[in-house]
Amino acid sequence: MNKWTSLNDIKAFFKDGMRIMVGGFLTCGTPEKLIDMVVESGVKDLTIICNDAGYPDKGVGKLLMNNQVKKLIVTHIGTNPNAGKLMSEGKIEVELIPQGTFVEQIRAYGGRLGGVLSPTGLHTPVEEGKRIIEVNGQSFILCEPIGADISLINAYHADSLGNLTYKGSARNFNPMMAVASEIVIALVHQRVEDIDPEVVITPHIFVDVLVEG
Amino acid sequence: MDERDIIAKRVAKELKPGNLVNLGIGIPTLVANYIPQDSDIYLQSENGIVGLGPLAVNEEVCVYLTNPSGQFATVKKHAAFFDSSLSFIMIRGGHLDVTVLGALEVDEEGSLASWIIPGKLVPGMGGSMDLVEGAKKVIIATTHTNKGIPKIKKRCSLPLTGYKKVDMIVTELCVIEVREDGLHLIERHPDVSIEEIIGKTEATLHISEVKLMEVM
Repeated sequence: MNKWTSLNDIKAFFKDGMRIMVGGFLTCGTPEKLIDMVVESGVKDLTIICNDAGYPDKGVGKLLMNNQVKKLIVTHIGTNPNAGKLMSEGKIEVELIPQGTFVEQIRAYGGRLGGVLSPTGLHTPVEEGKRIIEVNGQSFILCEPIGADISLINAYHADSLGNLTYKGSARNFNPMMAVASEIVIALVHQRVEDIDPEVVITPHIFVDVLVEG
Repeated sequence: MDERDIIAKRVAKELKPGNLVNLGIGIPTLVANYIPQDSDIYLQSENGIVGLGPLAVNEEVCVYLTNPSGQFATVKKHAAFFDSSLSFIMIRGGHLDVTVLGALEVDEEGSLASWIIPGKLVPGMGGSMDLVEGAKKVIIATTHTNKGIPKIKKRCSLPLTGYKKVDMIVTELCVIEVREDGLHLIERHPDVSIEEIIGKTEATLHISEVKLMEVM
């Protein structure tokens, strides 16, 4: 099955109101060219799940700038003043989650777990409205799974089937986001003939669509 | 010496050989400047690095390698890369010896507020809540006041990052240890009197033996 397509063709995947997960940490490991296609598609009312709000003109910041976002599920928005402004004007909803919990909620969805129990955020606003569960005398916050319709991820190498490797700190959330959506689209730096099975990080079965660029 | 450097240099003295250390954004980042190049202190970066090195210059720049502030960085020999899940398993799982973080407020119970000023500033918590939850030692590196308003409070008034998690507070004026019975002033800047420190601190300070900070 050929999963390779052109950048322009992925626009057909995007629909109004979708939940879209985007890899990267302050835009390192963020598939910028895929975000550009979401911008070009013009779809609206998106729920964006990403570590952070990027910068005003970079990462998911481009979707905020273009007024395509209804809700952000993130750990940090401090690098994008536009996100804070849209939030205080009531134009977007922002759900803030501790980073270590955020990644485990995504992983939990991927493995169809009912959630994860984390001690992080006890006695802080993070526990408000959440169930506290005791295990062996210790309290934990029940954190429910987070999934999406589409994941946009960024890899370094892919073979013809879509086995993926990453580079440097650009790996970050990408491997977890590759397991937690109905459709996974990977922007790949370079298509290669073979990848040593020992170094594959994301096996090809998780990847649906591949774009080189 | 600039006040930020006084703080960073003093914090660096707390780091021991073999320690795995995470440095937060702002003053904590400067601590790296005072760790000897050849030391076996390992910097953990929550975006997936053990063995973070200095900022990248010129041809060292690689778009796939940044520090947790998003700046292009380098790694040291024997560095390792990993995903965010493993990074926070490392952080929460008890492998991180020290985390150094900034503060909006810190209080007598060792609680920290650093991620939100409701209605004004909402950067978000990022990795900070997991860092204070998991690190064996939590050091706060901060200026003593915010334009004259004390940051070291009886109780934090802002929403918390962590409840009773802080072990030590290092400012440009002094070093404070958080113990069971409250805050203990253990060092002061040689040019600053204990009275001045008390005057700039809202929390009650226990004072017995106060040594001099190294500020040069």
